[in-house]
Amino acid sequence: MKSLVIIPSPDFRRELETESGERVSSCIQCGKCSGSCPVFAIMDLGPRRLMRAVQLGLREEALGSNTLWLCLFCMTCSSRCPMKIDVARVIETLRHRAIKEGVRPADREIALFHRLFLAEIEALGRAYELGLGGAYGLLTLRPWTNLREFGAMLRRGKVPFIPERAAGSGPLFEKARKAGG
Amino acid sequence: MAKAFAYYPGCSLHATAREYDVSTRAVFSALGMDVKEIEGWVCCGASSAHSTDHLLALVLPAHELQAASEMERPVLVPCAMCYSRLKLTLLELERPGKKEEVGKALGKPLGKMPAVLHPMEALREEEIPVKRPLGGLKVACYYGCLLARPQGVVPGEDLENPQGMDRIMARLGAQPVPWPFKNECCGASMFLAKKDLLLRLSRRIVFQAQEAGAEALVVGCPMCHFNLDLAQRGTEHPLPVLYLTQAVGLALGLPPSDLMLKRHFISPLPVLKGKGIWPG
Repeated sequence: MKSLVIIPSPDFRRELETESGERVSSCIQCGKCSGSCPVFAIMDLGPRRLMRAVQLGLREEALGSNTLWLCLFCMTCSSRCPMKIDVARVIETLRHRAIKEGVRPADREIALFHRLFLAEIEALGRAYELGLGGAYGLLTLRPWTNLREFGAMLRRGKVPFIPERAAGSGPLFEKARKAGG
Repeated sequence: MAKAFAYYPGCSLHATAREYDVSTRAVFSALGMDVKEIEGWVCCGASSAHSTDHLLALVLPAHELQAASEMERPVLVPCAMCYSRLKLTLLELERPGKKEEVGKALGKPLGKMPAVLHPMEALREEEIPVKRPLGGLKVACYYGCLLARPQGVVPGEDLENPQGMDRIMARLGAQPVPWPFKNECCGASMFLAKKDLLLRLSRRIVFQAQEAGAEALVVGCPMCHFNLDLAQRGTEHPLPVLYLTQAVGLALGLPPSDLMLKRHFISPLPVLKGKGIWPG
């Protein structure tokens, strides 16, 4: 039998604790977070094992996990953690880290959605559902997936054809990029 | 003096959730409160900004907060997603050094930040002159994630069993039912990327409301509304989903044009007519 030896490396944990401001080391692995998570069923690690991975300094496992992307930020884990760790914040910090380091997102659909959404906001200032839905459909090569839903929305006047604009967003994105380095 | 708010509608209220925008303005104006939209507001960044970029997720809401502080009014934010982003930004700005960091990024130091309120909070405290009582309509009040969590964001509400909307609905003559899924997640903004997941989560919530005997759901979030409403298309016994402000508007006796109840996928008309509270 192949044996697995994990040598904890504290650097990764320390970095994340500084970035998130949360004490991951105090996690007692009770599992309330994973038990409360609405998306746990389709996660590879789930919040509890993700926290363990950070404690042990398993960098690749943590940053490559689909848990970062599937997290809906409902914050149930954070609100129920008996050690008062803001688990959702730790997950978010990991996701920011994964993006910064260019780690391939474990869920490409969700990553694409966020990218398109932000590109649209930067260009228009306000969300434009038809444009977003269309672009997402084309780029995933499944333009017909949501046709029925968009048809129903259009019939009720729920989605305007012509996008609303607000000029202020482009400069804000520019400023955030400049300040963020 | 009458209460006055700086109004941040957010993108949804100008598109998929126009009925929430119209009914909010109508209700607040009927109650004698002044609601003035922030000029040139931009998107708060929603889940995509905070998912990907910490600073951007603060800069976008801070820009709106600054605009409202120049109007010297508290901000009224009907969208629970925008509300949460603005409230979490306020909390984040209290962390050491953050206010300076964000102010520097904006190129303008941040002054005193305004208070941020959701209609639920504003209406909780308000005298509501009920003209058309809601006839004991059994409602399941659904808070979702963002009107319940995290601790300290919605003052005066319990994390696991919030009561604000239930109390308002009871005062309108409706009958709020106790049920266990008040703050379960509906699937948020996953419509494009994870539709099946979203439908499963939303249908679970509707099922629990039906089990509790509800005749309608009441929500304070355009994303929750969209998901719960959409997930029931084509199902056999759907539950209509009302916005909090539509329910308050009904009780205030506002005309149908102020409520826009015909825009939902699941029509609330049969249930409302059955109770004799349809204004049309």
